[in-house]
Amino acid sequence: MKPAPFEYCRPETLDEALALLSEFGDEALVMAGGLSLGALLNMRMVRPEVVVDINGLETLAQIERVKDDIRIGALVRQADVLVSAECSVALPLLIAGLHNVGHYQTRSRGTLGGSVAHADPSAETPLCLATLDGEVELSSKRGVRRIAANEFFEGALTTAREGDEMVTALYWPILGEGTGIGFEEINERRGDFAIVAAAAWARREGGAFRCGLGLGGVEDCPVVQLESTEGTTEEIAERMANQLISDLEPLDDRRASAEYRRHLAYHLGQKVMRHALEGAVR
Amino acid sequence: MRRVAPGERVRVSCNVNGKPYGGGAESRTLLSDFLRHELHFYGTHVGCEHGVGGACTIILDGRLARSCSTLAVQVEGAELTTIEGLATDERLDRLRDAFSRHGALQCGFCTPGVLASTSHFLKHYLNPDEAQVRDMLSGHLCRCTGYDGMVRAILEFAEGEIE
Repeated sequence: MKPAPFEYCRPETLDEALALLSEFGDEALVMAGGLSLGALLNMRMVRPEVVVDINGLETLAQIERVKDDIRIGALVRQADVLVSAECSVALPLLIAGLHNVGHYQTRSRGTLGGSVAHADPSAETPLCLATLDGEVELSSKRGVRRIAANEFFEGALTTAREGDEMVTALYWPILGEGTGIGFEEINERRGDFAIVAAAAWARREGGAFRCGLGLGGVEDCPVVQLESTEGTTEEIAERMANQLISDLEPLDDRRASAEYRRHLAYHLGQKVMRHALEGAVR
Repeated sequence: MRRVAPGERVRVSCNVNGKPYGGGAESRTLLSDFLRHELHFYGTHVGCEHGVGGACTIILDGRLARSCSTLAVQVEGAELTTIEGLATDERLDRLRDAFSRHGALQCGFCTPGVLASTSHFLKHYLNPDEAQVRDMLSGHLCRCTGYDGMVRAILEFAEGEIE
């Protein structure tokens, strides 16, 4: 349970960090809070040549409003978002999800950017970002690009990030006043990885609703449906949950069977969608 | 930019419990091992070594850290608080007393981490309810007590602080 040898680099500027990633590519791994990477290093599930410690890059530790999004830098800790007045008003779904991320202790240093870059299939932060149709900012020496979260997550621990790129920020669409949300998850023990997590939001648009429903832990990356729809709360919740599970291929492992995951996906899905629709005020 | 080559041994200096210390570490040396084997703070216990158990929890620059998931080279110039520092904090005497009276520990293996978390938690939650205390304790594994004693001890201590 000790890491294999690696070179440790602690850049003082983003340019230095990106130069290292450009030089070492996939042989380098970025460490922010260390709550995911530390475990992988200790268990030797990864053996990078270089660990790039970005804890000195204070410019990445900022939360700011950019047009209709909240931009959360890669070094912003989960605990910082939970106490941010701006985030609690603008991003209630993220706040609800974050309360389920790890534990009080791990949220103190754990970052949102790290969780998204790590891309565990059952992690709440990727689920919330994908359900809100947010974006990931990737930086490299070649430039900066923004990619939709729903394209960024490609599989378990697999993303669209190139070897020389770093996740530098997340763009979270602001939920306007009167948007309802719902978040629920089932796990074996508080703070464990979710067997199934479900996130939803809904906003009235004239006589219809604009809705998002996402599931985590079911397939190897978040499964999300976004649509404008009409109907009663019960009708919409049932229809969206049914659509989402219709061509689902749930994970099947020692924690839960595919059948049980499908069962949870339907029940949690329609439950959170109902909560969101009930919370969407005129 | 600080760079430490694989296998290279460097000196790491930091403040532990308010006093300056230094010791040798490789890039891959875990902070938990550095605290124990180099600085001889044996109160930091090493359990699972992948951030789940919580026995190695310390306070690093005002944040809780799993010292097994932190590298020693990362704490150059940092302020660390371990159980040895909390042990001399007189404000926590009543908490330790409450822990003994409520049977909040038995073998004591998890206790250094639990007390680090509790001390941090009570600075942020002055009047916590039971659900908040249980949520905080979910980040620690204790195989002796069943946690109920810890919950009672922490709630009693927090109530006493308010009075």
